[in-house]
Amino acid sequence: MDAVLLARIQFAFTVGYHFLFVPISLGSGVFMLLAGRRWYKTQSENDKAGYLFWLKLFSLTFVIGVATGITMEFAFGTNWATYSRFVGDIFGAPLAAEALFAFFLESTFLGVLLFGRGRVPRRFYYVSTWLVVGGALLSALWIIIANSWQQTPAGYTVENGRAVLTHFWAAAFNPSTLPRYFHTVFSTWVAGSFLAAAVAVYYLKRKRHTEFAKRTLVTAIIFGLVCSVAMPVIGDWQARVVGKEQPVKMAAYEGIFKTESDAGLLLFGVLDTKDQTVHAKVAIPGLLSWTLTGSTSGTVQGLDSVPQDQQPPLQATFASYRIMMWLGIYFILLLLVGLYLLIRKKLFTDRRYLTVLMWSAPLPMIAIEFGWIATEIGRQPWIVQGLLKTKDAASSVVPAGQIVATLALFVVVYALLFVVWFRKMRKAVVTGPQETIETGYSDTPAAAGAVAGAAGDLAAVPEEVKQ
Amino acid sequence: MILGVVWYVLVGVLIAGYALLDGFDLGVGILYPFIARSDNERAALRTSIGPVWDGNEVWLLTAGGALFAAFPAVYATVFSGFYLAMMLVLFCLIFRAVSLEYGGKSGRSRGWDLAFFLGSAVAALLLGVALGNIVRGIPIGANGEFSGHFFDLLNPLTLVIGLTGLAMIVVHGASWVCLKTEGALRKRAAAARSGAHWVFLLLVVVATLSAALIVPSQARTVVTNPVGWVAILVLVIGLVAARFAMVRQRDGLAFIGSAFGILGLVGIAAVGNYPALVPALDTPERSLTIANSHSSHLTLLAMLIITCIALPLVLGYTALVYRAFWGKVRA
Repeated sequence: MDAVLLARIQFAFTVGYHFLFVPISLGSGVFMLLAGRRWYKTQSENDKAGYLFWLKLFSLTFVIGVATGITMEFAFGTNWATYSRFVGDIFGAPLAAEALFAFFLESTFLGVLLFGRGRVPRRFYYVSTWLVVGGALLSALWIIIANSWQQTPAGYTVENGRAVLTHFWAAAFNPSTLPRYFHTVFSTWVAGSFLAAAVAVYYLKRKRHTEFAKRTLVTAIIFGLVCSVAMPVIGDWQARVVGKEQPVKMAAYEGIFKTESDAGLLLFGVLDTKDQTVHAKVAIPGLLSWTLTGSTSGTVQGLDSVPQDQQPPLQATFASYRIMMWLGIYFILLLLVGLYLLIRKKLFTDRRYLTVLMWSAPLPMIAIEFGWIATEIGRQPWIVQGLLKTKDAASSVVPAGQIVATLALFVVVYALLFVVWFRKMRKAVVTGPQETIETGYSDTPAAAGAVAGAAGDLAAVPEEVKQ
Repeated sequence: MILGVVWYVLVGVLIAGYALLDGFDLGVGILYPFIARSDNERAALRTSIGPVWDGNEVWLLTAGGALFAAFPAVYATVFSGFYLAMMLVLFCLIFRAVSLEYGGKSGRSRGWDLAFFLGSAVAALLLGVALGNIVRGIPIGANGEFSGHFFDLLNPLTLVIGLTGLAMIVVHGASWVCLKTEGALRKRAAAARSGAHWVFLLLVVVATLSAALIVPSQARTVVTNPVGWVAILVLVIGLVAARFAMVRQRDGLAFIGSAFGILGLVGIAAVGNYPALVPALDTPERSLTIANSHSSHLTLLAMLIITCIALPLVLGYTALVYRAFWGKVRA
């Protein structure tokens, strides 16, 4: 296999894996923040337990996100050196800014959350929660800025075979930055809501932590519904940007082979690349034309507008986009049913609904992964849209054998990490929000001598042991 | 070009910041299996770095990001040229991070303890060897790419510099443990600190002599440049102050001395290489210098503004958090 393909597989695997943990961190972060706010206001032991429960889920996931995120920062230089040379003038700055503005913030204050309870003032601790979650959101912004520049480059000129920055704000807030940022953040909040709902249902069914579970479930359904409904609105904004800036990608999403007016928004279809058509087509007539051009008879550019070697792999782009979209519709419908049951006061007793809701928890993750697959494969053959092709971007000095070796290591190590993470998360959920995280530093400085050590390990020790 | 020089200095500052801060928690990881004899003591060591190690590691990511942004050609050549070494560092950092957070109660999890130790030791050694290669120079082809092999990176000078870095980090870690613990654990850390400091001193002498023989031009640059003398002075003050403080059992001063030693060494390396970031072995005209690898004026300026806003904030809240966790941990 050639080195470029191997480098692509390695990047796809490591970034796809990294992005399992990022949405769970961002999503559970919201629930941690809500629980933290509640605890700050009531100061009750129950609310403290609820907060510590979310802190634990958040930090267990966050650390894997951090560890696997270093891989990504290294990967541009190790595996994509030619790309790095080409885009460094523009792409490096957001990565550095991400570290300076976001990584420091979230990492430093997570230390406070894990070790500082009782050691720092209450308000300091509470503000730290905000800073951790805010840092994570900022981090997402900088990395989306970098990625969006690959999709819709702006604020640059090409000199001596390198992209050179000409306008900082135009490059940072290029046409696709904001819609893609909101799309990503809201999707992680949907994922967090489904995770929270699943945890709540797990307790409701076992009649444990009932009060916590009911409150969490209601929050998850309402917040999840708001975010799910926001998704197509943001998606519409993003679709217009894609239609304008990356028309070939849009044509691949919708299976439009020939430039047409009066294009419908495809709900279902089977792509036939040989006959260049979509079979069993179910579409809303004129809606795509209307979305992209403002008129149901507007012209939508087809795949025939560019030579075949500038088209993305069609089946993969088309299928991943469809999966994401169907799942998005499913989330709205499922949560609408939840809202209906909530209003009719049947939510907590409808076991069938609760079961479906609980087992739907992994689906937002699948939707998110396929969304990214669609947007990244849809950009091919370009690594930077219209400027640099993926096949010309890899490191020329790294032999295929070394990539195979490290890829194998990644698969083994990451699989191991996943098992460990999953078991820790499962144990945390089974244990539930009644126990506390031992800090090693004393809860009250006066009682310092009485505290047994063992910290950093997030080991659970009942509250009574501490005092 | 003046901005290029500013960024040369700033990348140096970020690397020094990484060595100063993550240096001590890497050192704690290396000492961990040797000086902690009970579960309580292992817990005390973990707790001493628990709240801060993650923030410390961000200095490495920031240095990497700054290198990417300010000198993309250097970032690309070094990271792809040192492919296997960088990947090994990466896996070390992953194991370390996860073992620190997931380590469980010590004694129950030998695997995590081992991962913590190996992750720390191998990462520290490899980063030192990498720095050694940056000092010695690497084979660079006409296209600006690394043109050697993995084993070219391992040779007497780079290994001596790697070991010097390792000893430096052990001294720094032991100094931190002395500050943060009490009783038998602190005593053992103090013994390790003293022993490692003698080894460090010996290695500094060996590394200096080897550098003078193998890379005479860099050595000459250091002694002919006033900034080079400042760096040498900082190193000597650090070495003397640390030894003095150890004899007097003054742990705070010993830590500061160790920190000065680190600053001096990073400073000497930076002055010696100037204006090259990566000298080319045998073909000086192919060296990656500030002039031929810096980013555009606008990018460097934008990055400088970002840094001027962000770095004071980072230093401010980092200091705040260190103050919050000031004092001894309980074993």
